Amino acid sequence: MPRPGFVLEVDRSTPPLLFWRGENFSLEKLPAGRSRVIYPPEPLPAIDDIDGAIVHALLNPIDSDPLPAQLFPGMKLTIAFDDVSLPLPKMQSPDTRQRVIEAVLDMAAAAGVDDVHIIAALGLHRRMHEYELRHALGDRIYDAFHPRGMLYQHDAEDHDNLAVIGTTDHGEVLEINKRAADSDLVVYVNINSVPMDGGWKSITTGLASYRCLSVHHNGETLQNTRSLMGHRKHSALHTSIWRLGQVLRDHGPKLFQIETTLNTDMFPKPFDFISKREWEWNAKDRATFLATSKSLNRMPVRAARKIFHSIESPHQMTSIQAGETGAVHERTLEHVYRQQLVPVEGQTDILTLGIPFVCPYNPDGIMNPILVMCMGLGYLFNMYRNKPLVREGGVIIMTHPTYREFHPVHHPSYIDFFEQVLPDTTDPVVMGHKWEKQYAEDEWYRHLYRTGNAYHGVHPFYAWYWGAHGQQHAGKIIIVGGDPPTVRRLGFTPASTMDDAFEIASDVVGRAPTITHLHVPALLVADVT
Amino acid sequence: MKALQVDRKLGRLGLARAMSVLSPGAAARIGPLEMVTIDPPALPAPGWHRVHTHLAGICGSDLATVEGHVSPYFDDWVSFPFVPGHEVVGHIDTPDGPRRVVIEPVLGHAARGFPLPFEGAAPGDGNDYAHLATGRLEPGIQIGFCNSTCGAWAPEFIAHESQIHDIPDAMTDEQAVMVEPTAGGIHAALLTWPVLQGIDRPVVAVLGAGTMGLCAIAGLRRYVPGVRIVVGARYPHQMAIAKLLGADEVVRSDELARAVRRATSSHMVGDHLSGGADATIDAVGTSASITDCLRITRPRGRVVLMGMPAEVTVDLTGLWHRETQLVGAYTYGTETMPDGSRVRTFDLAIDTAHSLGFERLLSATYPLDDYHDAIAHAAAAGRRGAVKVAFDLRPRARTRTEKASS
Repeated sequence: MPRPGFVLEVDRSTPPLLFWRGENFSLEKLPAGRSRVIYPPEPLPAIDDIDGAIVHALLNPIDSDPLPAQLFPGMKLTIAFDDVSLPLPKMQSPDTRQRVIEAVLDMAAAAGVDDVHIIAALGLHRRMHEYELRHALGDRIYDAFHPRGMLYQHDAEDHDNLAVIGTTDHGEVLEINKRAADSDLVVYVNINSVPMDGGWKSITTGLASYRCLSVHHNGETLQNTRSLMGHRKHSALHTSIWRLGQVLRDHGPKLFQIETTLNTDMFPKPFDFISKREWEWNAKDRATFLATSKSLNRMPVRAARKIFHSIESPHQMTSIQAGETGAVHERTLEHVYRQQLVPVEGQTDILTLGIPFVCPYNPDGIMNPILVMCMGLGYLFNMYRNKPLVREGGVIIMTHPTYREFHPVHHPSYIDFFEQVLPDTTDPVVMGHKWEKQYAEDEWYRHLYRTGNAYHGVHPFYAWYWGAHGQQHAGKIIIVGGDPPTVRRLGFTPASTMDDAFEIASDVVGRAPTITHLHVPALLVADVT
Repeated sequence: MKALQVDRKLGRLGLARAMSVLSPGAAARIGPLEMVTIDPPALPAPGWHRVHTHLAGICGSDLATVEGHVSPYFDDWVSFPFVPGHEVVGHIDTPDGPRRVVIEPVLGHAARGFPLPFEGAAPGDGNDYAHLATGRLEPGIQIGFCNSTCGAWAPEFIAHESQIHDIPDAMTDEQAVMVEPTAGGIHAALLTWPVLQGIDRPVVAVLGAGTMGLCAIAGLRRYVPGVRIVVGARYPHQMAIAKLLGADEVVRSDELARAVRRATSSHMVGDHLSGGADATIDAVGTSASITDCLRITRPRGRVVLMGMPAEVTVDLTGLWHRETQLVGAYTYGTETMPDGSRVRTFDLAIDTAHSLGFERLLSATYPLDDYHDAIAHAAAAGRRGAVKVAFDLRPRARTRTEKASS
């Protein structure tokens, strides 16, 4: 039986703890007597017969007819799937999406359906490279559908191929991919890595237009999203999305939602020491850590990045459920929390976070400074239910080199955002009103998003908005080991060592603060009471 | 009198060139510049006056001379040995007392005894440069590069009445010594106008925000209507002054291409912008800066080369394909303003340097005896937070006085 997550009180015998520092690690000693570490639960066992479970889910859906009963000759079937932003790291082949879509296609073929389109639900993310599509879907699907133009990627700027479904009672317009809107059935294939994803968010963001997304992807909404990973009613973002979901359910195409969850077995050998609890490291783990860390130190960042992004994770499916979107998602959340939830008592003065080499917006790319902010304040800070791990006005300390480096193909507008917007303001609401329109209407960004592999022009704003609540909640944000001018540009405080960071933090939280370290990996949701 | 003089000593020039790479200002110690004792120059003809130096600036072209980086092009346009110094405020003794003046240093037709190319021509006007190498003076494009006139890095030199401009009583010497570079900046700014006419809110990029870049920004803001100015600067104090002088957007030099792209809604195709600035002023004058300017200037736009280049290596394929105009901006003369009127650049520059309080650009002054330190400071001006460094030859200047740069 895998062990549940737990909270370790740091004492004098506690060894130094592993922190991510981008494409490397460091070991940090936390003060005894007032520090604690939250460890995630160990990976749940995978489903024994994954392909059998998929078929079973499709034949026994929740609050819906079985999939074969909804398929008929001459129908328009659209299959949409989550893009390359998850899972992280990418999973070993075959990918969950490939397995599920192959099963759906088998049933469609058996029913005589031949008008099938497969669409990557990008939202405003970058288009996937061919090798990424092949990895997610397998060569068989790619070679059968892509050459015939039946496998493609959603384009939120292709106004000829977008359709308005309706408007919520709050005036929010739901505009989605026209092919999906005109389909007799839309099957959505999801991988649920965190509680924030899935449900009505899948289609209303993944297949939506910019104007539809901008209704809830903005500074005001994200500042009022007080729980991205917990209770939906505390999330202004999800409240808006669920309203749009009702419009989709009432006025949109017929839907069949398929959601899957993965366990947290994220790193294969020789990187499996990353997931272990430090006091359980054996001699081999310590030697591997030392060899890995020293090698990474000596090699250029580019080489280290290549190594990390080539990792294929051994995580496996722990559940699959299909049918009516709302009901399916509730079941999915139970499985996600079963894997990720850790009860934690009380908030802390200082929250420490090791920021890794990757976040959902830089697969096979560079963790640029804006993504460091997004990963720290948008994702890791938000990995809680009920209330944040750090008290309001407390300090967040992150470790990351925070180099001023950007992927010119994936993140062109991020560079301009860093050079033009951040020197002007780091306030999500102000920047949204003052600058977002210019980036939304920039023809070069549009071109690169639509034809290249660039995130949409406004995506750096979205990444920044994601951290809006954390930014507002924390009294000070410190980055240890970052490039000082770059860290200051983000509006944060640079520190050279963890001890320096604690010294700086003492201005805000005094000289004997409580400290909590969120151990990453794996993913966990702290249930703070 | 004691003066700083440059002689044509090839060994010293070579040594200075090598040393300047290692240490700013090292060339002043081992290069062609020496403190010498010379006789004041004789007045060659009626209409010439003796000018007593108050302040004399150190210009980029002076540094290039001292450091041995000047192009062989000038071999036949200057006469050795010469006393440098062409950015100057001083006075002329008259029966009514001293008359404070700034000097338009170009040795034009009148100074050299030739008929003017047109009535009312300024020294820099005219489309034939024969007069610069002939006539009653030794060759020399300007005071400060001519053996016959001496230059302003000496207590006195001579200037023709066509070169002399009175300055208002209220104008300080510190403002007045900035008039000559200001005139250069205004001239470069006005050279952009032919490709801006008829464009709503044209974009002009300025690469480099040393003295000349800053003066060009001031010229653009004051005399080129409706222009949007985007500046690439290297140092924080330059960025602050550029903003103060009216630049709309100031970014680090390596961010200029992206800033121009944003301002012009261009695409970036390879390392060139699809469109770009309507005009770009290169206030640096290196292979890299010219290359950058060509990349960010729109097809059929104009690159104004204000920084004095020497030998450069530039791929001109883009210039050919985009039909970019590459024009030099040497000194000043008579300008045609956007409204069609004709004005002397120096008149505009005097008003600009006075109105905008250009003493703020004069960062440090040195006595002539401290020329090693002065040259070293000027050669590293940006890095040391300075803009303009000058010699102070007024009687009270006995010790070094350094002022905050801004």
